[in-house]
Amino acid sequence: MAIIDPSHAAKQLIYERIFRSATLSAAILVLVILGGVTVSLLHGAWPALEHFGFSFVTREVWNPVTDEFGALAPIYGTVVTSLIAMVIAVPAGFGIALFLTEMSPPLLKRPIGVAVELLAAVPSIIFGIWGLFVLAPLLQRHVQPWLIGHAGAIPGIGRLFMGPPYGIGILTAGFVLAIMVLPFIAATMRDVFDTVPPMLKESGYGLGATTWEVIWHVVVPHSRVGIVGGVMLGLGRALGETMAVTFVIGNAHRISSSLLAPGTTISSSIANEFTEAVGDLYTSSLIALGLLLFMITFSVIAAAQAMLRRLERRALMSV
Amino acid sequence: MNRRAFRQGKNRVFLALSLIATLAGLACLAALLWTLIAHGIAGISGRLFTEMTPPPGGQGGLLNALYGSAVMTLIGILIGSPIGVLAGTYLAEYGRNSRLSTSIRFINDVLLSAPSIIIGLFIYEIIVVRMGHFSAIAGALSLAILAIPVTLRTTEDMLNLVPVGMKDSSAALGAYPWRTILSILYPAARSGIVTGLLLAIARISGETAPLLFTALNNQFWSTDLNAPMANLPVVIFQFALSPYKDWQNLAWAGALIITVTILLLSISARVLLSLLQAKGGSAR
Repeated sequence: MAIIDPSHAAKQLIYERIFRSATLSAAILVLVILGGVTVSLLHGAWPALEHFGFSFVTREVWNPVTDEFGALAPIYGTVVTSLIAMVIAVPAGFGIALFLTEMSPPLLKRPIGVAVELLAAVPSIIFGIWGLFVLAPLLQRHVQPWLIGHAGAIPGIGRLFMGPPYGIGILTAGFVLAIMVLPFIAATMRDVFDTVPPMLKESGYGLGATTWEVIWHVVVPHSRVGIVGGVMLGLGRALGETMAVTFVIGNAHRISSSLLAPGTTISSSIANEFTEAVGDLYTSSLIALGLLLFMITFSVIAAAQAMLRRLERRALMSV
Repeated sequence: MNRRAFRQGKNRVFLALSLIATLAGLACLAALLWTLIAHGIAGISGRLFTEMTPPPGGQGGLLNALYGSAVMTLIGILIGSPIGVLAGTYLAEYGRNSRLSTSIRFINDVLLSAPSIIIGLFIYEIIVVRMGHFSAIAGALSLAILAIPVTLRTTEDMLNLVPVGMKDSSAALGAYPWRTILSILYPAARSGIVTGLLLAIARISGETAPLLFTALNNQFWSTDLNAPMANLPVVIFQFALSPYKDWQNLAWAGALIITVTILLLSISARVLLSLLQAKGGSAR
């Protein structure tokens, strides 16, 4: 028997081609999915976009009876709840990342890091049910009356804290979102802080800087791109989060000046109304909302990824 | 001297704040788990696993929902993970630095954090509308799409961890890349790839939004993949928001089951990964 059997080599080559094209088609499928999502959303949203034109995104009205639909209230709710979430979660996430990289005793570093990551693994519906039955009553009884009594009296921002304490509403949704995106922000920032070369930090300490000064003047400037990337990754999550918000937002299609009032977000409108939507224009308007959400989150997440990638490359180069 | 005291004070304040932030984060996790256990444990009983979801006001279990979730998660993984593994293989082995791979990697990372409700809308548009009705298979497909980015990412990362020497040895023996990948790289990266599967299962078994308008829900026992099927997340959603006490209790019990399952999956994925890293560390 010959050492090299030509038919064997030919067979090997065929297997190689088959396997290679299988992996290639699987990889291309990822692009196809993205393209399919875009096309199908555009297709589904077209009747509404054609009917309402640009006014779809500028009108507050949402009336299934008269078939009048505008996306302003859900857009407002999505943006405001996400902003509240970021105002709380960014400093808190920064603090956790700082604790994990600079302060934590080595023995605690891993368990606490894992605990934070486990918080990220809890499905959003669990946060929803918890927000509705635990957090909302808590806010209604203790936090919101205080806000109405104290902050409500301040001219200007007082308008944000007026009205009865419903428990559920924009503010509560923002709180739940904050807890949900916190682990993502904390974990990304921790990873980003870990890319700072120890020698830079040690130089700071060597000059007599305090821990905080090293963080603020060495770690933060060095990892600025990554920090912004992590924040935007969290923002992308917050904007698109569905179930947790649906539980606690109150699903009211109006824009109230008060943060304590019920509202709605893009994703919770879809989740609440899609299966009940009758009429092509209603369904199409909800899909148009989905298209809006897709465009917003896609650009935020893509920007975040681009920033994190830039940092990764720089870290690789400095090694 | 005064300035030094100021600097040290400032240092203490900020470090204390970061300690508080960490404690608050941990407190949230603890509070979440505590409520789940406190509310859910009462609902855990034999009936949960032997009876169907009850009509309004009635008593019952979650059997059909547990079955539906298991079936759809399983089908989702069976469809999604091979695609993710193969695509990850392409990125790690065949097209490592090509422009195509770079853009696929980028798109995949975006899909990883894209809102899952969008995937639900996508499947609704291309399957539910075309078939004319909600179905378990549509639900499973939307879960499959969510499983792809997770498995793709871990597979690529894990294949990259396999020492180059192993690949070179195989190539030196005259093996074609496909043989090297199947016989050398996959076995070497096995626990890493399994980690990815576990993470993907953890990710999709709690997903609610994409199932709302694909699999919908079903109050009765159904094994028909072509019909709406009950599933734990949507049942929790509907029952928790209902005014009936019995339904709310079932929702809490279901929430406890889901959370415990997912946390166990995530923890085992992490244990596997650290075992792998320990092994890789000693090999080098």
